[in-house]
Amino acid sequence: MEDASYMRRKLVDHAVRGACFIAALLAVVPLFSVLYYVASKGAGGLNLAFFTELPKPVGEEGGGMANALVGTLELVGLACLFAMPLGVLAGIYLAEFRESKLATVVRFSADVMSGVPSITIGIFVYTLVVLSTGHFSALAGGIALALIMLPTVTRTTEELLKLVPEELREAGLGLGVAKWRVTMRVMVRTALPGIATGVMLAIARVAGETAPLLFTAFNNRFWGGALDEPIASLPVQIYTYAVSPYEDWHRQAWAAALVLVTMVLVLNVTARVLVRHRVRAR
Amino acid sequence: MTAIASSINAFRGVASSVPDATRPVETAAQSRLEVASKKIEVEKLHAFFGTAEVLKGIDLPIYSTKVTAIIGPSGCGKSTFVRCINRMHEVTRNARTTGRVLLDGRDIYARNVDAVTVRRRVGMVFQKPNPFPTMNIRDNVLAGLRLNGLSTRDGETIVEQSLSRVALWDEVKDNLGRSGASLSGGQQQRLCIARCLALEPEVILMDEPCSALDPIATARVEALINELRERYTIVIVTHNMQQAARVADFTAFFYMGELVEHDQTKVIFTRPGNQRTEDYITGRFG
Repeated sequence: MEDASYMRRKLVDHAVRGACFIAALLAVVPLFSVLYYVASKGAGGLNLAFFTELPKPVGEEGGGMANALVGTLELVGLACLFAMPLGVLAGIYLAEFRESKLATVVRFSADVMSGVPSITIGIFVYTLVVLSTGHFSALAGGIALALIMLPTVTRTTEELLKLVPEELREAGLGLGVAKWRVTMRVMVRTALPGIATGVMLAIARVAGETAPLLFTAFNNRFWGGALDEPIASLPVQIYTYAVSPYEDWHRQAWAAALVLVTMVLVLNVTARVLVRHRVRAR
Repeated sequence: MTAIASSINAFRGVASSVPDATRPVETAAQSRLEVASKKIEVEKLHAFFGTAEVLKGIDLPIYSTKVTAIIGPSGCGKSTFVRCINRMHEVTRNARTTGRVLLDGRDIYARNVDAVTVRRRVGMVFQKPNPFPTMNIRDNVLAGLRLNGLSTRDGETIVEQSLSRVALWDEVKDNLGRSGASLSGGQQQRLCIARCLALEPEVILMDEPCSALDPIATARVEALINELRERYTIVIVTHNMQQAARVADFTAFFYMGELVEHDQTKVIFTRPGNQRTEDYITGRFG
């Protein structure tokens, strides 16, 4: 009798384990097939010109996406400039004054905001910035990306600060250190690698956003480095080229996709490595 | 009772005495006044968490350069009591106090007194060793100075002095750059005491400093307390009565937020004046 129940348990154990294994395998299939597909299609389009030249006029072969590469960097940089200080400081507020009324409201808003579709953010910034200034601009694009980053950065900062043991705060206060110094130099300092990871993941997310840029940064066939000019970006360029009827543009769109995916992948992996370091240091 | 009493007597070299029968004529309070001046006087101290009153009017003197042990069963308010002496109690949400705590005659709860300055004079060692994980051993010792924005020009001297005083210097002098978290639990606790000493406090509060340590590490910390008593006023919370008997000059027994008895340690452990104290130290409850 005991043998029978043992056999049954063993059988169920094997069945469930097998099912989990297959599910896990299936889950990574899309990731790897996307990577493989993008790499095989995109590798052919990569050459020096792609990284150094501007797009050629319609109908002309060749040219590159140097402006879109720089544009993406500029937009992401702008987004970080706006979202990082604001998000980190807001996160500190949420962690330090976690039960205040304002904190509850901010936390709820951040959660709602992180669920808002990115195109909605694009329209919002279009109304607020583009319409009031009268033209598409890098600034508007940066603001749109910043708004998408903001809730992630805020909440990650808060969650990571909450993970810092309260004993460290008491240790600091017990040494006669003022509260704000304990917060910044003990609590935030201890959570810093984690916060950096959160910021990186947020950057990785917005680097690939297309929708919020369509009516904010728009696009630009030329360099356009100024804040008040429209600016090119990899995702929008991919979109534009992919829907065009030209074979050469399709090729370049694939190459751009490969570059973008690589960028995001590198950011993600760096973020994970940072986390692992942090855990090991513990 | 006898087991503990004999262990104390063995430790202190006090002749074994029959409880109650040979109670001295002089009052204990008088004999105390002769030995030392008061560093801290606690007057009518009440402490609250929200509406719950955890300390119900404590009056207790703490003598200069002596070790005072606070004993009592869990939840009796002993930790809260020491946290009131350096105003750490109020850090907890909804926590407040009434009454006075006089440090050298000045009330630390007076309106014009800054909690931060109080905590620099009254250092604290916690139950769980809590070195800063982002700092190496050297920086941990100097943390109090650095975080307070004070000069660390004599840093190396301070580090060596503080670590020597806690008998950690020889163990770590070649590895000052290593993370404080890499030390063993007992070493970490001594590092935390060194961190506290680096700020040159006048009083050191220890909240069950050995409860997370093994017996060997505990013995080292106790030996350290014996050394420190010459320069510092020490208040130690402990749930280990043998420890109180070993290290303390005075012992206060807390029960349910009240101070039941306070006297010289040898009196508390051999001839307690209160039935509840006797019941507790003989292990009848707690």
